[in-house]
Amino acid sequence: MNSAKTLIAEGRVWMFAEDNLNTDLMMPQTVFAKPLEIQLRSVFATYRPGWVDEVRPGDVIIGGRNFGTGSSRPASLLLKRLGVSALVAETINGLFYRNCVNYALPALECAGIRDFAREGDEIRVNFVTGRIENLARNDAIEVAPMPEFLRAIIQAGGIRERLKAEGYL
Amino acid sequence: MGMTMAEKILARHSGNSSVRPGDIVVCEVDKIIQIDLVFSASAEMPKRIADPSKVAIILDHAIPAPTIGDAEGQRIAREFARRFGIEKFFDVGRHGICHQVILENGLALPGQILTCTDSHTCASGAFNCVARGMGPLEMLQIMCTGKTWYQVVPTVRFDLSGKKPSNVFGKDIFLHMAGLAGSLEGRNIEFGGPGVTELSLDDRATLATMSAELSAEFTTFPADERVVEHLRSVTDEPFEPAESDRDAEYSAVYEIDLSRMRPYVARPDFIPHNTLPVAELNERVPIDQAFVGSCANGKLEDLRIAAQIVRGRTIAPGVRFIVTPASQRVLKEAVRRGYVETLLDAGAVVTNSTCGACYGGHMGVLGPNEVCITSSTRNFKGRMGNPSARIYMGSSATVAASAIAGHITDPTPFIGDRS
Ligand code: SF4
Repeated sequence: MNSAKTLIAEGRVWMFAEDNLNTDLMMPQTVFAKPLEIQLRSVFATYRPGWVDEVRPGDVIIGGRNFGTGSSRPASLLLKRLGVSALVAETINGLFYRNCVNYALPALECAGIRDFAREGDEIRVNFVTGRIENLARNDAIEVAPMPEFLRAIIQAGGIRERLKAEGYL
Repeated sequence: MGMTMAEKILARHSGNSSVRPGDIVVCEVDKIIQIDLVFSASAEMPKRIADPSKVAIILDHAIPAPTIGDAEGQRIAREFARRFGIEKFFDVGRHGICHQVILENGLALPGQILTCTDSHTCASGAFNCVARGMGPLEMLQIMCTGKTWYQVVPTVRFDLSGKKPSNVFGKDIFLHMAGLAGSLEGRNIEFGGPGVTELSLDDRATLATMSAELSAEFTTFPADERVVEHLRSVTDEPFEPAESDRDAEYSAVYEIDLSRMRPYVARPDFIPHNTLPVAELNERVPIDQAFVGSCANGKLEDLRIAAQIVRGRTIAPGVRFIVTPASQRVLKEAVRRGYVETLLDAGAVVTNSTCGACYGGHMGVLGPNEVCITSSTRNFKGRMGNPSARIYMGSSATVAASAIAGHITDPTPFIGDRS
């Protein structure tokens, strides 16, 4: 895995800007025991039907306040498997943020991100510097970068890869 | 600069003399709680774990197994306990909802750090423990390495004073707080003030558990005499409570006078800024199901007040009243005290202790367009069954009174001077 690349995401924006979007919408309880393929089809299936067919590798999700509130289910893993390369939200729910880090989906909080980009805009997010560029509108903002300690987990490919490397799995 | 309870606990466990909001620290974890749902045929098992004595396995979400898949997962859990020599194993018969079992058995101790996959793990904060939900993969990591990271966040303090009226319960206080403060993601909650000692341990546990609905990181209560006395009756393990310093820094402080609290209700779909006094609910809301249960409100006090309210009365026609005790121990005590018989006489269904209806798993799942009043933890769309169902939330007293009335109602006239 090219580690520098994982920490600079560039892609099309999907707006999921409503506040308090919860993990039940990303991974309903009914798919817990189902194969991955079915789990992937369930992502935002009731909230935004058809989205899973449109999302492409590299795409970036922009979220509202308290994005990912809810349970500990590994919804961020499903987003990652669908090809989402980054999450930038007004604020991110603490448990969801942990799961982003653990499953190696880079994520940043950025107040005002909702007004900074529109759906379909091409943006670039640098998790090392905290600089977010809207390539479509030639605009940029800067926020606190992702802490180095957490970036290292993402660069290792998430905690599963780490545990494997350390011989625990 | 002084520290809050959570900051002190994080500092101690990371070998720092102090920590401040923004710091990321790696901490030794004291208690690792695994629930039935993390065990399945596809779940990854570790080759070795750091310390089996820190691990407890509690079967709660789907027991006794409602499906073959659940049965298989629980078989794997038993095998896991045997293989790694996990003595704290709460199998069917000793079971209960994990957070209740933790509190009953003194698994969460003051000054400790506890982790579990369930998002309401903050429940253990009632006993001055820094506890939060984690993803299943992170739990695996903690079992293997004994450690994980935390980012220190600012703390919001709720200062309690006064004594609550008899028609008010922990849930009402929480719903009032949720209306006042709204969502608190990225912040800890700390309770303090003279009002804390007035609250029963059950009410404190309700408040700590429900903090998950404000998306708070950690919720902590001080360990007062009542906490210490209870813990000393169930465990010999030593512990060191963490008090907040007088000059600890808070990002906000709310004063709550318990004597002015009233029965509250949350409207469907979410809780922050979506609550109001039951008496101010202007529309008449007829219900199909009333549910008393969950880790937050399936406690002995909930069954007591529900029984008190329905005694000599009958559940309204067309309403299902489902009562799920939070643990086998609560059920046994409720049977002994006659609460269960009173509930059954009124037409309620008293189930086995499990998460069941709370997460829309089994034993009380809602159908399309049904309306439910619940004293459980969460009212998201689809949480308890069909996404078109509408879930209101109140105290167990409000739920029981509504089951009698057939629509959501203030429990005050139903409590009267009955005792
Ligand atoms: S009762 Fe509900 S909130 Fe509590 S642990 Fe079970 S599913 Fe989670």
